[in-house]
Amino acid sequence: MKFRVDRDRLAESVAWAARSLPARPSVPVLAGLLIEADSGGLQLSGFDYETSARASLAAEVADEGRALVSGRLLADICRSLPAHQVEMSLEGQRVTLVCGSSRFTLQTMPVEDYPALPAMPDVSGTVPADSFTGAVSQAVAAAGRDDMLPLLTGVRVEISGEQIIMMATDRFRASLVELTWSPARPDAEGVALVPARVLADTARAVAAGTDLDVALAPLGSGDGLIGFQGSVDDGSRRTTTRLLDGEFPRVQQLFASEPTSTAWVETAPFVEALRRVALVAERNTAVRLSFEADRVVLEAGSGDEAQATEALPAHLRGEPLLIGFNPTYLLDGLGVLSAPWCHLAFTQPTRPVSMAGCAEDQGEPNLAFRYLLMPLRTHG
Amino acid sequence: MRATPTVLHLDLDAFYASVEQRDKPSLRGRPVIVGGVGGRGVVATASYEARAFGVQSAIPMAEARRRCPHAAYLSPRFWAYRAASDLVMQQLRQLSPLVEPLSLDEAFVDLAATYPDADGDDVTRIGHDLRTRVRDVTGGLTASVGAATSKLMAKIASDLDKPDGLVVVAPGTERRLLAAMPVRVIPGVGPATEARLRRLGAQTVAQVAELSTAELVRELGRANGSALARLALGWDERPVVAERETKSVSVEDTFASDITDPALLHAITLQLAGRVATRLQTARLSGRTITVKVRLHDFRTHTRAATLPAPTDSMRVIRTLAHRLLDESDTTGGVRLLGVGVSGLADWVQDDLFDGTLSAAATGTIEHPDATEPADPNADANADVDADLDHERASYSPGADVQHTAHGPGWVWGAGRNSVTVRFETANTPPGPVHTFALDDPALHLRGSTIAH
Repeated sequence: MKFRVDRDRLAESVAWAARSLPARPSVPVLAGLLIEADSGGLQLSGFDYETSARASLAAEVADEGRALVSGRLLADICRSLPAHQVEMSLEGQRVTLVCGSSRFTLQTMPVEDYPALPAMPDVSGTVPADSFTGAVSQAVAAAGRDDMLPLLTGVRVEISGEQIIMMATDRFRASLVELTWSPARPDAEGVALVPARVLADTARAVAAGTDLDVALAPLGSGDGLIGFQGSVDDGSRRTTTRLLDGEFPRVQQLFASEPTSTAWVETAPFVEALRRVALVAERNTAVRLSFEADRVVLEAGSGDEAQATEALPAHLRGEPLLIGFNPTYLLDGLGVLSAPWCHLAFTQPTRPVSMAGCAEDQGEPNLAFRYLLMPLRTHG
Repeated sequence: MRATPTVLHLDLDAFYASVEQRDKPSLRGRPVIVGGVGGRGVVATASYEARAFGVQSAIPMAEARRRCPHAAYLSPRFWAYRAASDLVMQQLRQLSPLVEPLSLDEAFVDLAATYPDADGDDVTRIGHDLRTRVRDVTGGLTASVGAATSKLMAKIASDLDKPDGLVVVAPGTERRLLAAMPVRVIPGVGPATEARLRRLGAQTVAQVAELSTAELVRELGRANGSALARLALGWDERPVVAERETKSVSVEDTFASDITDPALLHAITLQLAGRVATRLQTARLSGRTITVKVRLHDFRTHTRAATLPAPTDSMRVIRTLAHRLLDESDTTGGVRLLGVGVSGLADWVQDDLFDGTLSAAATGTIEHPDATEPADPNADANADVDADLDHERASYSPGADVQHTAHGPGWVWGAGRNSVTVRFETANTPPGPVHTFALDDPALHLRGSTIAH
């Protein structure tokens, strides 16, 4: 094996393929990154039995071949290389990497012991990379990060014809995103619980590309598996991941309530004011929002500690309302609204608020993305 | 010690069950048992009608069903109890700013500040008026009130003429009253201390009073022994404390004999979690860190703690975590003390979107039907266990408040695999009719937990 490759593309590809490598692998070879050079260029693969990642990139291949080296070490090295072409070659049991005047020699691991990566299921359809990236960032905003509740670290993806719905919840908030795609078959149906982390990583990696292939193994075809494949520059990124198990909570029906009050606030000033006021809301205590006919007053802190207050223009239809939120949760939702106005629909101060983006003041909300947030109940 | 009976103790009679009977007219006069209705649940409160069948607080639900099979078995509706409790505590605070709530249904009031010259007759009148007002503001709940010169005696007095009674202990008569009572009436004397005192030959308070302080200290340790020696003589100088700077809220139980049965330890943990949650709710607090304390047969003591992303006051959340911590603890060889505590206190709660059902289910420690229950050959044994996340059904727990678009407000009489039966009545209606609906009937909604308190 011997090839020459662009330094930046190599570093980026190695980082992608090594990102899912386990810190404490169950078998030593899983700490490895598989390097395969052939006439098509270079392929870099990592796998932890849950998630596989494969980066393909162009390279001048002098000798075809394969080698398995420590993925973490190679990623560290590539990140630090000077701006020169990189040459790698396999000599006996060692891989030599030369870049400018830097030279590294790496031990290899037995390639024969490396498990075969799962095959990509048949492509179920194609989604534009930019709308996928936007939808994923909105969906994962509400996904759980607590590994004690693995079910909630997933995003539920529901495919129905030309529509994909993504939803997530960490119990305290929930997201619901709708997007359209081009299914391979017009009657495509499918449901998958995809780890939010994998979705977010994939969205980030393909953000600059054009189209993303989504491949969902049909129900009842053995292990639940989903694959994504997208192009970047002159290469591609491919990942497969095992689906999470379990019955996802019925998130959709939580959004159903009929609001008693509705408010519009301009998103950017709302975010800025919230960030300021939240500075005194220690340890995620509440930011209290008081909605009046033509303004909202933000307030945080308590009498014996620091306090902050700020008023913003707003429009309210319905009864005035005082409601408290964890400011981080509120900002998480506002941060992915991608709309100039925020539309808030309330029922009661103890029941969740439903947020959506809006193109203009007092306009109709765009329900392609909705974010539901449970308020904080403050005593006293 | 004060010379006037100005320490008052109020105890609401069969509180949870009475609230249920108030809100569910068809249950008035009938045995009502509130508690964990799952297989491992314990009785929180039994109505007096149920107590006649030998059903008491803290006995396993399965035992209660054996003793009183025809009772109404209901899941607690804490929001309703808290609302009633708030109304009662408001009445107490009108008597004196010095109100020390012990739980949702129990509090001390110190009348000395507001009625410095009150004698026994005055206090009798105050107690009588108080009980009338409690009944008025709560829509018919009864309270038992005791008044005396100390907390110890006031608490004992409120129990003397329960339910719906008022006892004022005349100053100077305390020792005589205490003498024949069993040692358990003294606060802090549980089954373990009782057993030790029995070994010393003391079963009544008078017999404890005859023991020397040295003897009690030798058997029970310095703090407990000397406190007991004073209390047995009726000497109790503990003040009524309105507000306490609380750093943690915890409860623990010492057992007369070491417990090895994991199911029993689970049941006790459930009960401890319920008590902690109630104490938190009464104090209007919440906490992030849940601690389980286990003292083993050889006195080695371990504590395990876990921290939540946000503070909670939910019995369900505390119980789920406490059970997990208990499972992680080494309990082989027997447990002599078990405790559940909550720290990292705050005065706010981040409720979740699923009324707490999800965390319990998602971590797989939701109450499962008790494996020791006799198998029903017709039942699809696994169908209900499936660790399903059917929170819709989980929330249609017996007794829960619902609203039907056509029939109005009612409560869940029972829920099966596909249907839910509702009785349509409220505190202000006569006993109402019963209807059955499909579980996913769009006209039927839960209410209650949505009401702000």
